[in-house]
Amino acid sequence: MLTNTPSGTASEADKPAEVSQIDNANVEPVVEHPSSSPLSIHDMTVAYHRTPVIWDIDYNAPRGKLVAIVGPNGAGKTTLIKAVLGLVPKASGRVQIFGAPYKKQRRRVGYVPQRESVDWDFPINALEVVMMGLYREIGWCKPVFLFPKYRAAALEALRRVGMADYARRQISQLSGGQQQRVFLARALVQDADLYLMDEPFAGVDAATERAIVDILRDLRTSGKTALVVHHDLQTVPEYFDHVMLLNMRLVATGPTETTFTTENLRKTYGGKLALLDQVGHIMTMPPGEK
Amino acid sequence: MICSPRALTTVTLLLALLAFPSAQVSAQTNVHAAKPTTEFRTLADTRTAWPTREKFLRVVTLRDYTTRWVLLGTVVLGTCAGMVGTFMLLRKRALVGDVVGHASLPGIAIAFIVMEAMNPGSGKWLPGLLVGAFTSGVAGILCTVAIRRYTRIKEDATLAIVLSIFFGVGIALFTIIQNIPSGNQAGLNNFIYGAAYAIVDTDVYVITGAATAALVLCVCLFKEFSILCFDEGYATTQGWPVTALDIAMMLLVVVVTVIGLQSVGLILVVALLIIPAAAARFWTDKLFQMTCISATLGGFSSGTGVLASALFPSLPAGAVIVVFGGFVFLLSMFFGPRRGVIRRAYVQWRLRGRVGRHHVMRAFYEFIELAVETETITPEDLTNHEISFQQLLAMRSWSPVRLKRQLFIATLKRLVERLPSSHYRLTEKGAEYAYHVVRNHRLWEMYLIQYADIAPTHVDRDADEIEHILDPELIQELNMRLSQEYPQMEMPPSPHLLDRAAVASN
Repeated sequence: MLTNTPSGTASEADKPAEVSQIDNANVEPVVEHPSSSPLSIHDMTVAYHRTPVIWDIDYNAPRGKLVAIVGPNGAGKTTLIKAVLGLVPKASGRVQIFGAPYKKQRRRVGYVPQRESVDWDFPINALEVVMMGLYREIGWCKPVFLFPKYRAAALEALRRVGMADYARRQISQLSGGQQQRVFLARALVQDADLYLMDEPFAGVDAATERAIVDILRDLRTSGKTALVVHHDLQTVPEYFDHVMLLNMRLVATGPTETTFTTENLRKTYGGKLALLDQVGHIMTMPPGEK
Repeated sequence: MICSPRALTTVTLLLALLAFPSAQVSAQTNVHAAKPTTEFRTLADTRTAWPTREKFLRVVTLRDYTTRWVLLGTVVLGTCAGMVGTFMLLRKRALVGDVVGHASLPGIAIAFIVMEAMNPGSGKWLPGLLVGAFTSGVAGILCTVAIRRYTRIKEDATLAIVLSIFFGVGIALFTIIQNIPSGNQAGLNNFIYGAAYAIVDTDVYVITGAATAALVLCVCLFKEFSILCFDEGYATTQGWPVTALDIAMMLLVVVVTVIGLQSVGLILVVALLIIPAAAARFWTDKLFQMTCISATLGGFSSGTGVLASALFPSLPAGAVIVVFGGFVFLLSMFFGPRRGVIRRAYVQWRLRGRVGRHHVMRAFYEFIELAVETETITPEDLTNHEISFQQLLAMRSWSPVRLKRQLFIATLKRLVERLPSSHYRLTEKGAEYAYHVVRNHRLWEMYLIQYADIAPTHVDRDADEIEHILDPELIQELNMRLSQEYPQMEMPPSPHLLDRAAVASN
C-alpha cells in the first residue's frame, strides 16, 4: 500500500520526465507504476461534499491505444478525468503522467472538455479558441499577433478537423458538432502525447463523428494515447482498442475484444437489461467487421 | 389610496421640478434684458438654468480650468472602467463592481473617524479615504468568496447579502459621523452620490495614475484574462495560475470602483463598469474590438456627462454620466451592427422572406410533379405549365393574401411570370430555384426519417421548420447519402403522399 506523502511526491516531481523514462526503460519490471504508462492512477478516490463519486481507482493506460471510458450516467467518468487533471480535488490517491506528476507534464496532456462547459456566446472566433491551446507556449503578457507561426499551427489544427473554412466564424454561429471539433483542434494544436476527451461524440452530427474518429486513428498511428469518455456502446468495438468500464469503481479494463463483454457490461450498468441485450448481438460480431 | 393628499403633494412637487428650468429661463431673459452683465457660473454652482451662448462655448472649448481637470479625470476613469468592465461582463461578474462600491462605504467612514481622531480637521484627506474604501472593498470581495466557498448559498444571494450588510454598516457609521462635533464631515456624502465638480487637480493625478496602471495591466494580461473568462477549467489544465489571475481582475475592479467613487458615487459606479461593455457587445463579435469599443463608449459617456453637468450645474455629474451611458446603451441595442435589435429583426425578416419564397416554389414544383405523372420531370415540364392562383392556393394551407404577396415578390425577382390569362408560370431561373428547393426539402425529409425516427406522414411539416437553415456541410452529407440510396435518380421521390386535390381543382 503506497501512501501519498508530500516528500515522495516532491522527489518524483524533481526528476525531469525524459530522464525518468530512460531510467525506467532499464528497470521497468521492478516499478509498480511503470513510468512508460501514459497515465497511471493509483488508489484514487474523489468525493464531492463527503459523498464519494469514484472509489479506489487503480489504472495503467496502455501506450498508443484508444481507450473508451464507459459507464452509466453518474458513474464518475467526467470526475475521473477532472481529478486526473487536478480540476477537482482528490480525497486520496496519486496520478502520474508518463511517470511524473501532472503538474510537470501539462504540455504532454491534451484536454477536450465537454462542449457544454463554456459559454459559446463569447466574442471570439474558432481560430482564437484554437490559439488558446498555444497561449502557454507564447508565454506571459505577449500579444498573440506577434507570432504568425502559432497562428499557422492553429490553422493547421483546424484543417485537420475539417474546420479550416470556419476559422473566422464567431463560435456561437457554429453547429454543435463544429464547436466540438474546435475544442478538439485546440487540444491537437498542443501536440500532446496523451489526450483526455470528455464526451466528444455527444450530440454531434455524422460528419463530426467521422472527423473525430479519423483524428483518433491518426493519433493512434503516431503513437499517442487517448482516453475518451464515450456513451454510445454500439460504436465502442468499432472505434476503440481498449475499454475502461466504470461505475464508481473500476469494473473492468482491458482490450475491447476480451473486456467489452455482455457480462462486464451487465456488471457496469446493473439492471438496464433491455439495452444490454441490444448490445449483446453487436458483441458477437468479430471486431473490425461492421 | 391613490388620491390621498400626500400623493397629490408629491405629484405637484414633481411637476414643479419638471417646470423649474423653463421658469428660470424666462426669469433669466428678463434679467438680461434689464442688466446685460455676463455672469459665468462655475461647476460648483447649483442653480438650474439653460446655459447662455457664451457659457456654452466656454464649457465646450474647455476654457475653464476646473472643467478641464474634471473632464480629464472622468474620461480616463470612464475609459479604464469600460475596459475592465468588458472582462467582468464576460466573466459573468457584473455585480461584483456593485458589491465593491457598496462595501467601500464603511471603509470611508472608518478612515474618516480614524484620521479625525488622530489629527482633528484632517478627516477628509482623500488618499486616506480612498485607502479606507479600497480596504473595505477588498474585504467585501473576500466575504463573497468565503461565503461561496464554505457554504452552499448561491452566488446571487451571496452578493446581495454582502452588499447590503456592508452598506448598512456604512450608513450607520455615517450617522455617527454626522454627530461628531468637528463640523468637518460636510461633503463626505459626495462619496455616495458622486460629485464630479469636487475633483481637484491632485485628485486627477491619483485617478489618472491608477487608471493608467489598470489599463496597462489589462493590455498586458489581455490573453490571460480572455482564456480565464472563456474557459476557466481549461486555463487551469494549461497551468495558468487561475486564482492569481482572478485576484488580479478583482483588484482592477476595486481600483476602478474606488477611483470612481468621487465622481459618480458608490451607488452608480457599477454602471461605469457594465453599461459600456454591454453596449459594446452589440457592435462586435471580437473580444479585442469589444474591449476597445467599450473603453471608447465609457470615455465618451463620461466626458459628455461631465460637460452636460457643467452646462447645467444643478445636475449631478455622476447621474448624468450614467444617463448618457444608458443613452449610448439604448442606441447600441437598437443599431448595433452585429447583434442590435434592428439587425436581428432584419435577419429574421430576410429569413422569413426566403422561407415564403421556398414555399411558393415548392408548391409550383410539386403541382407540376403531380400533373406530369411521369417518372422524371424535365426542365421543360417546369417552365411549360401554367398554374392558376386557385390551384396554388390549394397546395398549402396559406391565406390568399399571403400567397398573393409571395407571388408578387417572386414575380419581382423574375422567378415566376404572370401571364395575361392571370395564370402563373415558372421562368427558367424559377425552375432551377424550385428544383433546388424541393431537392433540399426531400433530402431533409429523408434525413429526419432515417435519423430522427419521424413518421413519413409527419415529416413534411418538421422538415419545413428547419430546412431553410441547412448547413452546407450537412447538405453535402445528405447529398452523399442520396446518391447512395438513389444512384439513378437526381430527385428523390417524396416520402409521403402529395395532396392530389390541388391538381384536380382547376
